[in-house]
Amino acid sequence: MNTVLSSTFFSAPPDWGWLIVWYFFFGGLAGGCYFLAVMIDLFGRPEDRALARLGYYIALPCLIISGILLTLDLGRPLRFWHMLIESNTYRIMFKAWSPMSVGSWALFIFGIFSLLSFLSALAEDGRLQQPAARGLRPPGALGSIIAIVGGLFGFFVAGYTGVLLAVTNRPIWSDTPLLGMLFVVSAASISAALMILLAHKSGRITPGLNALHRLDSWVVALEFVVLIAVMVSLGPVFRAWLNAWGLLLLFGVIGLGMLLPLALYWRRQWFGDLNVTAAAASVLAGGFILRLVIVFSAQGV
Amino acid sequence: MAEPVGFYTDTTVCIGCKACEVACKEWNQLPSTNGGVNTLSGDSYDNTRALDGIHWRHVKFIEQFTEDRKDGRWLLMSDVCKHCVNAPCLEVCPTGAIVRTEFDSVVIQSDACNGCRDCIAACPFGVIEVNPASGTAQKCTLCYDRLQGGLEPACSKACPTQSIQFGTIKELKGRAQKRVDQLQQMGEKRAYLYGADEKMLGGLNSFYLLVDKPEVYGLPPDPKMPTRNLESGSWFSAFGAIVVGLMGVINFRNRGARENGQEQRP
Repeated sequence: MNTVLSSTFFSAPPDWGWLIVWYFFFGGLAGGCYFLAVMIDLFGRPEDRALARLGYYIALPCLIISGILLTLDLGRPLRFWHMLIESNTYRIMFKAWSPMSVGSWALFIFGIFSLLSFLSALAEDGRLQQPAARGLRPPGALGSIIAIVGGLFGFFVAGYTGVLLAVTNRPIWSDTPLLGMLFVVSAASISAALMILLAHKSGRITPGLNALHRLDSWVVALEFVVLIAVMVSLGPVFRAWLNAWGLLLLFGVIGLGMLLPLALYWRRQWFGDLNVTAAAASVLAGGFILRLVIVFSAQGV
Repeated sequence: MAEPVGFYTDTTVCIGCKACEVACKEWNQLPSTNGGVNTLSGDSYDNTRALDGIHWRHVKFIEQFTEDRKDGRWLLMSDVCKHCVNAPCLEVCPTGAIVRTEFDSVVIQSDACNGCRDCIAACPFGVIEVNPASGTAQKCTLCYDRLQGGLEPACSKACPTQSIQFGTIKELKGRAQKRVDQLQQMGEKRAYLYGADEKMLGGLNSFYLLVDKPEVYGLPPDPKMPTRNLESGSWFSAFGAIVVGLMGVINFRNRGARENGQEQRP
């Protein structure tokens, strides 16, 4: 190595591959969709409850997929429980300063909340004959508590992965403290996009859907700003992106995942009804490519 | 707790014999690479290539020669886990598999590790890797089992030139400083100790005498703890969540409905 950019270039890659990329994507969707559903439940109108239910319906399956992906990625998958229980002493295993430890607990607890909200949505849709389950969602006191606490855990699940990457010694990941923020904002954008797509597909055209369109455009614009901030904060390490990964970041994330959907959201007359779904699809694709670039580019240097 | 022990490696007397690598593999019963079929790396005499889950010792060969190879020198260095006093791997390990022993060494308990590989990304020296035979992260244990039996680690025992020296950290530091002074007096002004003082991760329990910049040996000049980003990263994430939350509140408070011409404010 002729030019030393940072001491992080002497660490070894952990070989986190496709399973982790997909985990980051589904984990972001789980947390983000739950959070958006909570926002709609708390601040939307009664007729938007169908849209909120959609968010809860997405969150739980995405979370289950996340857990499966994480477990499969372990060198010893049957020892997944070592994250929560100390295998030698059977005491609680928790390290407040280890994002992976805190994240494991957050996933577990968020799983409980997303299950409760999922059941409540089923009950409201008449697919679960348990009227009591309807109280697990706002506007009741218990439902509001579940929504607020669950929403906070959802956002944690969406963003802790970025902090986890920052709390390493790999180049790019640990050379900026902004990855957590980027993942949080990106989770919101891809989740809004997926909810928009599925709402259109399932005919849940509620007044809140317009709010979701607008929110997604705002969040994508914010994500663009945060991504630029990430690039600037990398300083000389930014050179690690002067390669094919950088091109993918430029065209796949900024072009396809940010600028194109922003243009489509703001110029709705271009393709009529197709505009919004095309924008949402490109946000989803860009969000996936973002995670792909961040996971792989830092391990190839 | 017993007195902290570790390695002092004097790279100026290493002859690149790899006896340490062999002794380590023998004692720890580490499997061979590629089923024992050797492939040449093309990188000097270094066919081990790097420290990993089945190579807990690695002798580096650095050739510093002029273009016509008439003048130059070899730098040789036997690399190993640094058993940092403030160990990044131990800090992030989410299962508690990585522990500090009574000898102040850092050991991965293979029966507790689940192969999440967080420690690999956290180690600033690139020491840890997964052993494919166990599916768990592995590295030098400072021959914990030998230490418990009152023996010195296999690598230092096998080293024929005393390039790798084992002992208490206090004793080793004194010995190392004398050697630096000796080399300086002999005209080797570039000699210095890497990782012997507390500035580097609280001190490395395996430290080195080097005669060139750390990066020449593949060592980070300024290794840091991974948690340096924890607080700032968490605050930035929370800030992002708050901004997105505010955007959500603003948008879902009937703004979307207004756009649709369906405003029915209560």
